[in-house]
Order: sequence, then C-alpha cells, then structure tokens
Amino acid sequence: MSDAVSTDDLVAWIRAFRDAVHAHKDELTRLDSEIGDADHGSNMARGLDAVVAKLDPVPATASDLFKTVGMTLVSSVGGASGPLYGTLFLRMGPPLAGDGEADAAALGAALRAGVEGVVARGKAELGDKTMIDALSPALDAWDAAVADGPAAAARAAADAAARGRDATEPLVARKGRASYLGERSAGHIDPGATSATLLLEALRDTLAGAE
Amino acid sequence: MKKFVNDPANVLAEALRGIEAAHPDLRVDAENRVILRAEPTRAGKVALVSGGGSGHEPMHGGFVGRGMLDAAAAGEVFTSPTPDQVLAATQAVDSGAGVLHIVKNYTGDVLNFEMAAELAAGEGVQVESVVVADDVAVTDSTWTAGRRGTGTTVILEKVVGALAEEGADLAAVAALARRVSEAGRSMGVALTSCTVPAAGRPTFELPDDEMEVGVGIHGEPGRSRVKLASAHEIAKLMVDPIVHDFGEAVGPAIVLLSGLGGTPLIEQYLLYGEIAPLLAEAGVDVQRVLIGDYITSLDMAGASLTVVKADDEMIRLWDAPVVTPGLRWGA
Repeated sequence: MSDAVSTDDLVAWIRAFRDAVHAHKDELTRLDSEIGDADHGSNMARGLDAVVAKLDPVPATASDLFKTVGMTLVSSVGGASGPLYGTLFLRMGPPLAGDGEADAAALGAALRAGVEGVVARGKAELGDKTMIDALSPALDAWDAAVADGPAAAARAAADAAARGRDATEPLVARKGRASYLGERSAGHIDPGATSATLLLEALRDTLAGAE
Repeated sequence: MKKFVNDPANVLAEALRGIEAAHPDLRVDAENRVILRAEPTRAGKVALVSGGGSGHEPMHGGFVGRGMLDAAAAGEVFTSPTPDQVLAATQAVDSGAGVLHIVKNYTGDVLNFEMAAELAAGEGVQVESVVVADDVAVTDSTWTAGRRGTGTTVILEKVVGALAEEGADLAAVAALARRVSEAGRSMGVALTSCTVPAAGRPTFELPDDEMEVGVGIHGEPGRSRVKLASAHEIAKLMVDPIVHDFGEAVGPAIVLLSGLGGTPLIEQYLLYGEIAPLLAEAGVDVQRVLIGDYITSLDMAGASLTVVKADDEMIRLWDAPVVTPGLRWGA
C-alpha cells in the first residue's frame, strides 16, 4: 500500500467529489428544502462542474490544485457554501506547498487547516447542525488512524463524518438558514454535513483505489 | 411547475436580458450579472451597491437608478452573489468617493459581501457595509444566524440613496444607513410555498387551511404553522410582534406592506385596511406608506409588513426624487 498521496490522486479526489455530488444532487436539494432553501444540490453541482472544467491541464502541485478549486468554488457557488467550501480548499493549499507527494500526516494537517478556515469564516461550532458536525469528527478520526497510512485514515475519517452527519438529525440548528426554523429544524439531517461527508467518502474511495 | 421559462438553468441570465431590453437607463454586465446605471457615477458621489439572491424582484436590480442604488449584484435564485460579482459591481461604480455595501443578514450574503469588501479594500476602494437585520420573527438571535434582513432594506436603499445623491460623504451615508437599519422591524406571513425554477416543485407543502407565520423571503418555512385565519387576525399577528419589539412609542414612521409575489394587490390593500387602525392604536404615526410587490419570494402568496421609525430627515429623503424601475416619483 502506498504511503504517499500524489497530486494526481488529489485531482482524482476532486473529480470523485464532483461525481458524488451529481449522484446525490436531488438528495442534497431535498434535505435543503426541508430546513433551508432547496438549492444546495444544484449550487454544489454547478460549482464543482466549474472546478472540473479548470482541471485540464492538471495543476502542477497540490497547493496549485487547491487554490484553483477554492477560488473557483468561491466564484461560482454563491450562497454560504461557496465561501465555506472555497475557504476549506484555499486553506488546504499552503500546508502542502513544496512537496510533490503528501503522507497521511501532511494531508491530515492540510485538512485541519481547511476546516479551521471554515470555522473562522462561518463561526459555527460542533453541534450547531452544520458541515462542521461531519468535518470535525472526521479530522479526529484521521489523526487517530494516521499511523496506518492515508487510505486507512481516509476510511476512518469518512466513517466518522457519516456518523457526524447522522447525528445532526435531532439537533436544533444554530447557524445558517435552518436556524430560523428553531425547534422545527430538529428531525432533519443537515445538507451541509451531508455534502461534507460526500467529500470525505470521495477521498476514501479515491485512496482505496490507489492502494 | 408552470412558469415562463426556457431552461430552468438559464432563468437569471435570461431575466437580465429582459431587464436590459426594458430599461435603457440601466446597463447589464451579463458576465458578472450586475445591473448598473447606464451613466457612470458622478465624480465625488458615494456609490451604493446591494445585491443578493434573485427571486425577490424588484429588489435589488429594480432599485438601481437615480436616487437609489448605483449597482446590484444578482445571485442565482435565492443564492447570494459571489465575491467577484460584488467586487465587479463595486469597482464599476466607485468614483473615488467610496462605496456602501447594503447587505441583508443571511449567512451567504454576509460571507460573500465580507470577502468582496476585503478584495475591494485590496484594490484601493473604500468600502463601508451595513447589514440589515430587521425580521422580528427571529426572537433568539443568540442561537441563530441572527435576524434576517427583509423589508427595511427597501426603505434604506431609498432613503440612503437620496442622501448619497445630495453628495454626502461615505461616513455620513454609512451612518444614516445604520440609523435606518436599526429603526426598522418586519414580520412576514405566507399562505403558500413557492417554487424555485431549478427545483421544479414547491419548497414545502402547506395545506389549504394552514399558513406559515414568521417567514423570510426564501420560501423557507416560518417560525410556526397555524390554522389559516381572517385578514383581521393576520394583521394582528403582523403588527403585534413589531410593536412589541420596538418596546417604546414608535411615533412617526414609514411603512411598507409588500406582497411576497403571489398575492394580488386587492388583498394587500384589504390587509392594510386591517393593519392601519392597529398601527394607529399602537401609537405608530404613519407618515408614508408603500404597498405592492417590492420584496418578494418568487410566487409565494403572503405579505410582509415593515415599520421604520422615521425622523424628519428620513421622511425628507424618502420624498426626494427617485427614478428606478421599481420606485419612481418626484422626477
């Protein structure tokens, strides 16, 4: 099994995320229509199509890749998801600058920098019923499994994200548009936590294929 | 879904084409999806830029013109514009005197305008921002994203636009904007959901005998769902929380009753006939009233009531000439 993740693997991850969002577009929009404004699936799909269109030619380095992905999401998604997902990728780039390949620890550190950027911009905390509820436990699971290599860390992170996503169901939203529903936001899975889980599942599937 | 569309994915781009065709005194930057005045900003005039998701027409593009906005960035339906759209609008209208960003308090709008203001500052444009958060249906601001920005935005854009037209500097323009924002309260009621063209079906199900109280302007459900009531009862549900929230004698005020897009004007007037005596009884001295579809939520049936506590300066500026597709008087 490979201990290093190449830029090509990361490009494959972004493509897989685009495909996963397309496959789940209607589900994301349905979840968003229950507690939001019914556009999460279509906005993310549109943004990721724009991203994939910019991946040819393939960026030379991981940090170039994430800068391109982040800027494109910021300028094509709109809503809160654009700046939040955009910030996630923009912050992942700098920690990966320099090296051609990343090991599990380096990729974990980049993910952590990205998620910290999302927290700083969106000011959401764990339990607010947002994408952070999937991303934050995923980071911890990644770190716990980091010694087993990137594929195993991604597997653990994706599982933790899915549990975090499912755990948003009973929560009352405290951030974003769902927060306006008050108690009525309980009983629905958060669409942002759902798309964030797709992101980590796409990474898991990509790295499993590279094993 | 029965709508005037060609392809649901092209609704915004094609609507902008119609706006450009209809209004020769406006210019549409199709690439950036920005609506601007055809005439460049007068030297020394502070420029007003607003924007937000589409589907609220005439807000914001319909309020671009002399006496009101200089530019509006149009996002996808119910989706805030992106930072580069807002940046393009900001740079296009800055005459060197600075730009005021008028932002409605929704997470997406706030984040995208924040990023745009950072980018504009990097380009040497002086930007001030005002965030409108006037929706009294949101009572627990600590545990939510805060009050939503609704009808006060329309009154603010008119009043502050008039001050900018008189040549006030950026600090004065921003100060008045904050004063108007703090003086406004709104409350909305929906009788139906609405249909986002890209989604193709109503955002939520609402039985014929029920209504949503405390809605925003994005087809989202409100704070509570109750049995459909008479116009008289609904007027109370709108007036009471506003008056209660002011917590003090309101006195002179500018009032907006806006349809949400699917309610005929006759019903809006009928509703205002119920609202007017309730406002008078509560000590609101209504100086000016605007009734009609000004801040909408696609085809949602419903209405939102906005009361802005107004001083003499605000009323004078409200009466000043305005020439936009959505508001036009005195010119």
